[in-house]
Amino acid sequence: MEGLIAVLVGVLFATGTYCLLRRSIVKLVIGVILISHGANLLVFTSGGLLAGRPALVPSDGTVPPAPFGDPLPQAMVLTAIVIGFGLTAFLLALVTRAYEAVGDDDINAFRNTDT
Amino acid sequence: MLLGHNSLAFQRVGGVACASLTFILSLYLVYVVDQADFVVIQVGAWEAPFGISLVADRFSAVMVAVSSFMGAAVAVYALGEIDDVRLRKFFFPLYLVLIFGVNGAFLTGDLFNLYVWFEVMLIASFVLISMGGGKGELEGGLKYVVLNLLSSIMFLAGAGIIYGQTGTLNMADIARTLSMTPDAGWVTSSSMLLLVSFGLKAGIFPFFFWLPASYHTPPSTVSAIFAGLLTKVGVYALFRAYTLMFVPIFPQVQPLILVLAVLTMVTGVFGAASHFDMRRILSFHIVSQIGYMILGLAFMTPLALAAAIFYLVHHIIVKTNLFLVSGMVVRLKGSCDLAKVGGLLKSAPWLALLFFIPAFSLGGIPPLSGFWAKFAMVKAGLQIESWIAVTAALLVGVLTLFSMTKIWAEAFWKEQPADVDAQPLRNPAGHFAYMVVPVAVLAVSTILIGLFGEPLFSFSERAAAQLLNPQEYISAVLQSQVEVLP
Repeated sequence: MEGLIAVLVGVLFATGTYCLLRRSIVKLVIGVILISHGANLLVFTSGGLLAGRPALVPSDGTVPPAPFGDPLPQAMVLTAIVIGFGLTAFLLALVTRAYEAVGDDDINAFRNTDT
Repeated sequence: MLLGHNSLAFQRVGGVACASLTFILSLYLVYVVDQADFVVIQVGAWEAPFGISLVADRFSAVMVAVSSFMGAAVAVYALGEIDDVRLRKFFFPLYLVLIFGVNGAFLTGDLFNLYVWFEVMLIASFVLISMGGGKGELEGGLKYVVLNLLSSIMFLAGAGIIYGQTGTLNMADIARTLSMTPDAGWVTSSSMLLLVSFGLKAGIFPFFFWLPASYHTPPSTVSAIFAGLLTKVGVYALFRAYTLMFVPIFPQVQPLILVLAVLTMVTGVFGAASHFDMRRILSFHIVSQIGYMILGLAFMTPLALAAAIFYLVHHIIVKTNLFLVSGMVVRLKGSCDLAKVGGLLKSAPWLALLFFIPAFSLGGIPPLSGFWAKFAMVKAGLQIESWIAVTAALLVGVLTLFSMTKIWAEAFWKEQPADVDAQPLRNPAGHFAYMVVPVAVLAVSTILIGLFGEPLFSFSERAAAQLLNPQEYISAVLQSQVEVLP
């Protein structure tokens, strides 16, 4: 299972990078979204994957029965997803406004502030 | 602040009051930390390493103090430059969130929490940089946003890998665990992810291109606070990572950091020499000065780290000040393109003086603060006989002076070009005095640091000694008692 997800993370990063290197700003946004999902999955997997073992303490004990899934990466991923969602929304709004202002979605039209 | 958005007076007063209060409290923090070495708070009374720790050592405390100082000074300046439209779009609340994020990043002792503070800071800065909605602002903002998002994603991936291997996110606990694991392969991989991520934020050599492409687009108030603080958070994070978490593998990374530092200095200053707009020149100088600080990290001797901390303080003050002066030039002449302005020495001799002080401090002319910072750094380099780095540092110093002289000669000495009609900005937002006072205060503090820099430098030395002894930090965090309030 970990191996499969590791491959999936790799694929997400690769496609995301490919999209980032395209010249359209919409594909730029898609690339950022894909890479951020890849990173979320990476963090999620790094805690180890265990199916059906929640970290719940039984009513008569003080610690959950081992082995149990580590809840911290899930909490971290949740935070990261929320942050990523907000930033993506902002990025989409920014891209729309920038498209209206520049009048082109080709990256080459965005060179006025460089040199 | 959000509630009172109909009353612009409330926004103005509240913004300046909050920023000033932060500054006063941060001075108290410096005092306490200097007495007690470490101040540790376990948020929510969860014991370390399970909860989130907020840690202030001397390095954090001085960074918080100087950034809050900038926060207060630039807030006053904003009264003079930021127009009502921006104020109605919540300029001051966003500005305070930015300062909040920066200070949080300086104080946190938890890796994931550092990521969250970065995001707090970035979201505020994203809105601030693209707020005006002009073509240049949106374009520069887009570059800034995309590259900083990528850097955050890499940070997240690095933090995830570290968590997967050490099972902890507390920086002190990570350092403890890593010093016990001899297997360096995956430590190096995650440390490289963090190096790229922090390097992107700090604007070091191969990653700095977003910086000069975006910093000159928003109003000077915004570029000044960005120039003063945001890249320095990246530098701070690099220092924290390599003096605390990745100490065991530092010898392998050291040559790489040294090369990056030298290339950052050199490319930054050449970029600055090739430009002809005040704010673009200054943006490139940020890159070149970041190189000096990273150089201190690469040397990793007590004197070099002390010099780097001193340099950070000096640079934040001086660079913010220079961007503020460029805003005043825009206000007086309607532009800060050096081909279009001139004759300021005659028409505004006091402004020339206010530019002269930070500019030549940046160039390293004694007795201003930049001279002592550069002097200490070069001396540290000579002590460990790193000849190439020292040569580069001196050469970059000369070139910095050259481009400061260029601005001086073009904007201040030269006559106003006859064919260009330079008019002061119509409908200025606030009284000009709001802009003059903070600039003058910052210039005076530059002179004070230059003439009476001894207390600050000995403080930097004590902070550097703390950085070089991560064991103290680790035990301070992990053994701090949780105080349960009744």
